[in-house]
Amino acid sequence: MHEAAPVLQDFPLLFLVPLLPLIGAVWNGLAGSAIQRRFGRAAIHVPAVLLPAGSFAISLWAFLALAGQPHGTALYNHLWTWLPVGTLQADAAFLMDRLSGVMALTVAFVGTLIHVYSIGYMRDDPHYWRFFSYLNLFMFAMLTLVLGDNFLLMFVGWEGVGLCSYLLIAFWWRDREKAAAGMKAFVVNRIGDFGFILGVFLLFWGLMTTPASRPVAAAHGGKAAAAQHEEGGAGTCSATGGTSVTFRCVEQLLQDPVKRDRLVNHDIAGVGLITLVCLLLFVGATGKSAQIPLYVWLPDAMAGPTPVSALIHAATMVTAGVYMVARTHFLYTLSPVAMTVVATVGALTALFAATIGLFQYDIKKVLAYSTVSQLGFMFLAVGVGAYWVGIFHLMTHAFFKACLFLGSGSVILGCHHEQDMRKMGGLRKLMPITAVTYFLATAAIAGFPFFSGFFSKDEILWKAFDSGNILLPGGGMILWAIAAVAALGTSFYMFRSYYMTFSGEYRGAAGGAGGPALQAAGTDPAHGPHDAHGPHDAPGALDAPGALDAPGSNVGRGPLTPPPDAPGSLDAHGPHDAPGSLDALGSNVGRGPLTPPPDAPGGHGHAHVPHESPWSMTGVLAALGFLAVAGGYVGLPHLWHLPNAFEAWMEPVFAGTAERVTSAGFGHGVEWGLMGFSIVIAFGGFFAARWLYKDAANPVPARLLASGSRLVQGVHRVVFHKYYVDEAYDATFVKGSLGLSRALAFWDTRVVDGLVNLAGTIGCAFSFLQGAIDRVFVDGMVELVGRAVQDAGARIRRIQTGRIQAYVQGLALGALALVALAYLLAW
Amino acid sequence: MDLTTQSTLLTWTVFTPALGLAAILALYCLRPILRLSQPAMDQAARGIGLLASIAAMGLSIALWADFDGGSSSLQFIHRFVWMKSWNIEYFVGVDGLSLSMVVLTAFVFLAGAIASLPWLGKLDDHHPHFTKKRVPGYWVLFLLLETGVLGTFAAEDFFLFYVFWEIMLLPMYFLIGIWGAPTRKDPDGRTRGGPYAAIKFFLYTLAGSVLMMLALIAIYYASGPATLADGTQAPHTFNLVHLTAQAHAGTFVGAKAILGIPFVHIVFVALFLGFAIKVPMFPFHTWLPDAHVDAPTPISVILAGILLKTGMYGMFRFNLQIFPTGLAWAAWAIGVIGVINIVYGAFVCMAQKDLKKLIAYSSVSHMGFCLLGLAAATPQAVTGSIFQMVGHGIVSPMLFLIAGVVYDRAHTREIEGFGGLAHKMPEYAAITGFAFMASLGLPGLAGFVGEILVFLGAFSAQGGIFRILVAIGALSTVITAGYYLWTMQRMFLGPFNHRWQHLWDMNWRERLALYPLAVATVVLGVWPTPVFDMVRETVNGLLAALPAGM
Repeated sequence: MHEAAPVLQDFPLLFLVPLLPLIGAVWNGLAGSAIQRRFGRAAIHVPAVLLPAGSFAISLWAFLALAGQPHGTALYNHLWTWLPVGTLQADAAFLMDRLSGVMALTVAFVGTLIHVYSIGYMRDDPHYWRFFSYLNLFMFAMLTLVLGDNFLLMFVGWEGVGLCSYLLIAFWWRDREKAAAGMKAFVVNRIGDFGFILGVFLLFWGLMTTPASRPVAAAHGGKAAAAQHEEGGAGTCSATGGTSVTFRCVEQLLQDPVKRDRLVNHDIAGVGLITLVCLLLFVGATGKSAQIPLYVWLPDAMAGPTPVSALIHAATMVTAGVYMVARTHFLYTLSPVAMTVVATVGALTALFAATIGLFQYDIKKVLAYSTVSQLGFMFLAVGVGAYWVGIFHLMTHAFFKACLFLGSGSVILGCHHEQDMRKMGGLRKLMPITAVTYFLATAAIAGFPFFSGFFSKDEILWKAFDSGNILLPGGGMILWAIAAVAALGTSFYMFRSYYMTFSGEYRGAAGGAGGPALQAAGTDPAHGPHDAHGPHDAPGALDAPGALDAPGSNVGRGPLTPPPDAPGSLDAHGPHDAPGSLDALGSNVGRGPLTPPPDAPGGHGHAHVPHESPWSMTGVLAALGFLAVAGGYVGLPHLWHLPNAFEAWMEPVFAGTAERVTSAGFGHGVEWGLMGFSIVIAFGGFFAARWLYKDAANPVPARLLASGSRLVQGVHRVVFHKYYVDEAYDATFVKGSLGLSRALAFWDTRVVDGLVNLAGTIGCAFSFLQGAIDRVFVDGMVELVGRAVQDAGARIRRIQTGRIQAYVQGLALGALALVALAYLLAW
Repeated sequence: MDLTTQSTLLTWTVFTPALGLAAILALYCLRPILRLSQPAMDQAARGIGLLASIAAMGLSIALWADFDGGSSSLQFIHRFVWMKSWNIEYFVGVDGLSLSMVVLTAFVFLAGAIASLPWLGKLDDHHPHFTKKRVPGYWVLFLLLETGVLGTFAAEDFFLFYVFWEIMLLPMYFLIGIWGAPTRKDPDGRTRGGPYAAIKFFLYTLAGSVLMMLALIAIYYASGPATLADGTQAPHTFNLVHLTAQAHAGTFVGAKAILGIPFVHIVFVALFLGFAIKVPMFPFHTWLPDAHVDAPTPISVILAGILLKTGMYGMFRFNLQIFPTGLAWAAWAIGVIGVINIVYGAFVCMAQKDLKKLIAYSSVSHMGFCLLGLAAATPQAVTGSIFQMVGHGIVSPMLFLIAGVVYDRAHTREIEGFGGLAHKMPEYAAITGFAFMASLGLPGLAGFVGEILVFLGAFSAQGGIFRILVAIGALSTVITAGYYLWTMQRMFLGPFNHRWQHLWDMNWRERLALYPLAVATVVLGVWPTPVFDMVRETVNGLLAALPAGM
C-alpha cells in the first residue's frame, strides 16, 4: 500500500506566507487612515502590494524547494499548539505539499496582480486604505486556508475568507443594497460552515470511538499506531487513538482497515458514516464555492469593487470548496455515494448557472454566473475522482476568470461605472488592450483549442464520460451530457458578452443623442454625468422589451438612495450622488472625474468618452491574458503523447486513493471523438453569439423578445429572474426564521416572563390577603370593620410599593424553616 | 490533602475592594472635619474606587503568576475557624477554575470601573448621567460587589460561599434600582425601569438562594465528621474539600431520601436550580433582559461578564465536584436545556429592537454553550465550557460597553432608529464589528475556542443524544451571524440618518475600557494556552470522579 503520510521537511519560513499579508492588513487597518491623509496613497499601496508580493516570493521559494525534494515530501512549519485539550490537539502549523503548493502559488500570484490592479482601480476612493487592508486580510485568510495543516486551522481560513468577503462586498456600505449583499454572503456561507464543522465533528468522532464489535483489537491498534509515531515530534501523527486533526494523520489512520471499515460500514439513519461526513463537508463546499443550493450569494457579491470580484469571487475564495474536496480526497474516495453527489451537483450547477448567464445584461452578473458554472465543472472533476483535473481547471480558471473580471472592471471604469452591456458597444476601438485580453480570456473559457481552458475543461468532460465511480444510470455519460450543454452555453454567453461590449458602436451616454444630455449634466448636479439612464438613452433594439425586466437588481433602486450626504463629510459624496443614480455605485459615484487627473478639469465632456485604463490595470490584464492562453500548457492531454507536467506533479498527492478511482474503460477513439465534440461546442457557441450579437446588427434577439409568444416571454422572465430562487429562499428561510424569532420573542415576553410577573402579582395579592386577614380578623376584634375598609386604599398602596420583598422573603424563609424542620424531624 | 494555611494573598485579593470601600466610608464620615466639598468627595470616591480595582487586578495577576497549573489541588489556602458553634470556617483557596474566574473578575471590574468614571471624555450635560449621581454610594456598592464576587469564587467553605453569594445580591439590587434607568411605561403600558428590574432580579435570585440554602442545610446534616482548622473534631462540615471527599466515598448515597426522591438527586436539583437562575437557564432567564436593559453600563458589563459566571461556577463546584453521580443522572436533561438556551436565545435575539436587549439575549444563547459543555462532561467539553465562561466574560462586557457608548450620546438604543452611523463614528463602528465577530464565534477570536471545544467535546460524549444536540446547537452559528450582521446593517451601514449629526466618535475613557478587552479577545483566540494550562489539571480532577460510562 502506498505510504500516505508525507515525509516532513522543516521549512521555518513558511509561516511568513500568510503572516506578511496579515501584517499589511493590521498596519493599514490601524494606521492607514492617518497615513493616507498625511502621506498620500502611495504610502498605503506600497506596503499593501509588497507584502503579498513577498508572500508570493516565499511561496515560490518553498515551491521550488519542494520540487527539489523526492516525491511524498512536504514542507512543514510548526508554530505553537493551538488547542491542546484532552486527547485532541490542533496546532498552529502550516504544511505545503504539492497540492497546497500549487494553490498557494496561484493565490499569491493572482492576488498580488490584483493588488497591483487595484492601485489604478481604487485610486479615487477615499477609503483606499481600508480597501487594501481588507484585501491583505483576505490574502492572509486564504493562504491560511490553503496551507493550514489541520481541519481546524483550515476552518480559521475558511471563516476568515468569509469575513473578508463580507467586508469587501459591503465595502461601499453607504448603499444599503451592497451592505445587504455582504450580509447575505456571510450568512449563506455560515450555513455552509455549519455543515462543514458538523462534518469535522462527525469525522473526529468516527475516528476516535473504537468499533463496538472489536473493542480490544482496535484499542491495541490505536495504541500501537500512537507508539509508533510518538517519537517523531510535533510534525508526526502523535495523537492517540486517532484524535489528531491533521489531514495527513487522518489519511494515515484510514490506512488502518479497522478504522476504515468502521467509517464505511457504520450506518447512521441508513447512511454510511463516511458518506455523511463527506456530504456535510460538501455542504460547506457548496456554501463557499457557490454551488446549488447555496450559490445565491455569489451573484449578489458583485456589489463589491471589481478587483474583489476578480480575486475573491472568481479566482480564489470560491475555489476553496474544490480545494477542500481535493484535500480530503481520502474521505471522498471511500464513499461512491458522496462522490456521485458531488459530481452531480457540480454538473447541474454548471448547467443551471450557464442558463441564467444567457440572459443577463449586467457584465459582472454574466461573469458571476459563469463563475458559478465553472465551479460546477471543477466539482464535476473532483466528484469523478479526477482531483488533479479539478485543481488544474481551478488554476486555469483563476487566470482567465481574473482576466475577464479585471477586463470588465476596466470597461466599467472606462464607461464611468456603467455595467449594463446594452449601454456599451464599440469599446474595442477605445480600449484596445482590454478588448484583446478579454477576447483571449473568453476564448479560454469557451474552450478554444490551444487555450488554457480547453485543456482543463476538455479533460473534465473526458474524465466525467469515462468515470466508473458514478452511481447514476448511464454512469458518467449523463454527467458528461449535462456538462457538454453547459459548455455550449458558456461559449455562447461569454462571446455574447464580448460582442455586446466591444463590437459595433458605442451605445453609452456619449452616443449621438448624448449631446443635449451632456449640457444638462453639466449644469444640473442632480443628474450627474454618470446618470446613464437619462432620457437620451434611446430605446434601441436590444432594449425595448427587456426594459420590463430591468437590467439586474441594481436598477430601480433610485428612490432608495439617500439624499446627498452633507457636504464636508469625510467621503465627500458630493452633490453628484443624486437620487437618480440608478446604478448606485455607492461612494464611487459622482466622486468626480474617474479619468486621470490631467483630464479632470476638462469636466464632464471628457468623462463621457470611454477610455483605456492606466498601465497598472492594463499591465495586469496583459499578464493574465497571457496566462489565459499559456497557462494550460502544463497539463497537455495524454492523447497527444505530450508530457503532462501538472498531472505528474500532483500524482503523489492522490496516489493513496488512486486505486479506488475507476474508469469505465473507453478507448482512445472515444476520447478523440469527445475532444472533437468539445471543439465543435466551443465554436458553435462562438458562431451563434457572433451571428446574433456582433455589432448589435442582428435583429433576431430583439424580435424574439418582442414577440408576443407567451412561451418565449415566460421562459425569458423566469430565467432572467434566476428562476426566482432568491425569492423562494426569502419567502421560506428568511421569512420563516424571522417569523419564528418574532413568535419566540412574543412567547418569551408574554408567556415565560408573563408567568414570572404573574407569580409576582399572585405574591402581591397573597400578601394583601394576608394583610387583610390580619387586619380584619385580628385587628377587627378591636377596631371597627368600617374603619379597616376605609384604610384599605392606603394599605394597598403601601403593600404594593414597599413591602413586597418583605412579604416574599418572609414567605420564603417561612417555607424554608418549615421544610428544614420537617426534614430534621424526619431525620 | 493538606489544607493548612499557605498564604494570605488570596484573602488580600478578595478584600482589597472592601478596603477601598472602607476608605470611602471613612472619608465620607470625616467629610465635615476635612471640609470636603461634594465634588471633591465625589472625585475622591472615584479615585479610591479605581485604585482599589487596579489593586485587585494586580493582586489577581500575582496569584496567577504564582499559581502552579500542574496541580489540581487547592492553592493559596487561607483557613481558620470562623464560627466554632456551627463548625463554619473561613476557608479560601483557588484551583484552576476559581483562579480563571478570579482573574476574569478583577479584569472585568476594572473595565467596569473605568466605564463608571465621568473622566476623559465629554458627557452630554443635558441628560443626567449615572456617573454623577450619588457618587460615594455608587462606589461603595461597586466595591462591595467586587468583594462579594471574588469571595464567591475563592470560598471553599459552603457557608462562606453562601455568605459571599448573598453579598453579591444586595449591591446589585441598589446599583440597578438607583443608578439604572428611571421607571417608565413600555409600549404595552407595563411598568418597567431600574426599580422594577432590580426587584425582579433580587426576588428571582433570592428564590434561587433559598433553594441553595435548603441544599446547604441538607448537605450539612447529611455530612460526616471532619477535622476543623484548629484541629478539633466536628460532627458535620461545610468544608467543600471534606464534603467532596465524603461524597466520593459514598456518604451521601446512603443518606435518607427526601419525599421519596434519593438524597443526591434532590440536593443536586436544588443546587442546580439555584445556580441555573443565575446562569440564566431557560426558562428562568427573563430577569436578565430586564436587569440588563435598565442597569447602568458598567453594571451591565459586570452582570454579563461576571455574575452569570457565578451560576456556572457553582454548577462546576457543587453539582459536578461534589455530586458527579447526580450530574451523570441529569446530564442529558442539562444538555437539552443548554441547547434550548443556545437556539432559543439566538432566535429571540433576532427579534429584539433594543440593542441592549439583543445583547442580553445573546448572553442567554452563549451561556447555553457552558451548560452543554458541563452536561457532556468530557475533557474537551468541560474545558470548552470554562473557556466559554472566560471568552464570554471578555466579549459580553465589550458588547455592553458598546451599547453604552451609543446610549450616552443618542439616549436611545432603538436599532431601527439609527442608520449609517459608520459615517459619523467610524472607530465605534469598527470596534462594534470586531465585538460582534468575536461574539458570533469567528475563528481566531476568543468566542470560537469555547464554542468549538464544547461542540467537539459534546459530540464525543456518551449517549447519542449529544450528537443530535450538537447538530441543533451548531445551527445557532447561522442565526447568530444573522442577528449580529443584521444589527450591524441597520445601525451602521446604509445611508446616514442625519438625525444623528450631533454624535461624536469614541473618547479615551471608552477606549481605555474597551481596547484591553479587545486585545484579550484576540490573544485568547490565537493563543488560548494560558487558560488551558490553568485549568487542565483541575478539569482532569473534576472529571476523574465521574462514574464510569459517563
